[in-house]
Amino acid sequence: MTLHLSTLLAIIGMALATYATRVAGLFLMRHVNVKGRTKAAFDALPPAILMAVIAPTILATGIAETIAAAITAGSAMLRLPMIVTVLIGMVSVVLLRMAM
Amino acid sequence: MSKTAVEFRQGVIDIFPVIAAASVIGLLWGTLAAGKGLSPLETGLMSASIFAGAAQFVAIELWQDPAPWFFLTVTVLIVNVRHVLMGASLSRHMGNIPPGWQAPLLYMMADENWAFSERRALTRPLTMAYYLGLGLPMVITWTVTSVIGALAGAWLKDPALYGFDFAFSALFIGILAGFWKGPKTGAVLAASAVIAAVAKLTIPGAWYIVLGGLAGVLVAVLLHAEEEEAKATS
Repeated sequence: MTLHLSTLLAIIGMALATYATRVAGLFLMRHVNVKGRTKAAFDALPPAILMAVIAPTILATGIAETIAAAITAGSAMLRLPMIVTVLIGMVSVVLLRMAM
Repeated sequence: MSKTAVEFRQGVIDIFPVIAAASVIGLLWGTLAAGKGLSPLETGLMSASIFAGAAQFVAIELWQDPAPWFFLTVTVLIVNVRHVLMGASLSRHMGNIPPGWQAPLLYMMADENWAFSERRALTRPLTMAYYLGLGLPMVITWTVTSVIGALAGAWLKDPALYGFDFAFSALFIGILAGFWKGPKTGAVLAASAVIAAVAKLTIPGAWYIVLGGLAGVLVAVLLHAEEEEAKATS
């Protein structure tokens, strides 16, 4: 069980940086009045960020991933349980990668 | 069962598919960390204190001995800038959580439990019990599987073989369906997807998440302005 000083410093630095990003929004919002245009912006934020996180995987990796994403979106729109949607996505990507 | 217990249990049930996938990712990250010379103790400390998958994968990719701590800190800050936007949005729904608890609870805000919290807030108030039901299993699973991965070494060769690398994308697509409110949502998602994909291919690092998110928000604001104008003239 070793713990190097440079490693400990790196871990502390990265942990503080990460926590700062997590808590910054809370303090920012104490000074913002959310209505009208600001509200429209914040309502769009969750889906926009979710989409941005996965966009490179589903659009710029390969045709198998893009088709699997479309199949997954289809299952999600049918309101299947989340775990079923995820499994459909995983199975389709494995099969499509084998086929391509 | 008390209302708190019901809320907590619902959180655990909702996050279960994430836990299954996160275990595999945690094992993988632990094996990579061990490969870079980190001890199991250092691996566990890192997962418990940072608790951010994407940032930790980037950090391990850039890892050297001795650790370039300043460079790593700045890089992790950039990868995690999206948290500022996520926290700002989530804080609007934290009204039922005691003010003294809000900042400490944000320590465990990750993409997946944040998404479930936002989705929950669309239909009912977000409670501390539900939030903890989502978050605690994730923190524990992520830390424990990282350490197991570091102890076990490189036995987990290729998670892509079983589609685990696609599990998070599939989950996010499932969560996104809950945000669908018609063609306007489609326009927001299209803007975000295109800008994020282009940014990922052209700009190094994790800026694509912030840029894609802001592009989606910009489209929402423009559509809102158009609607206001239509209302004003009619």
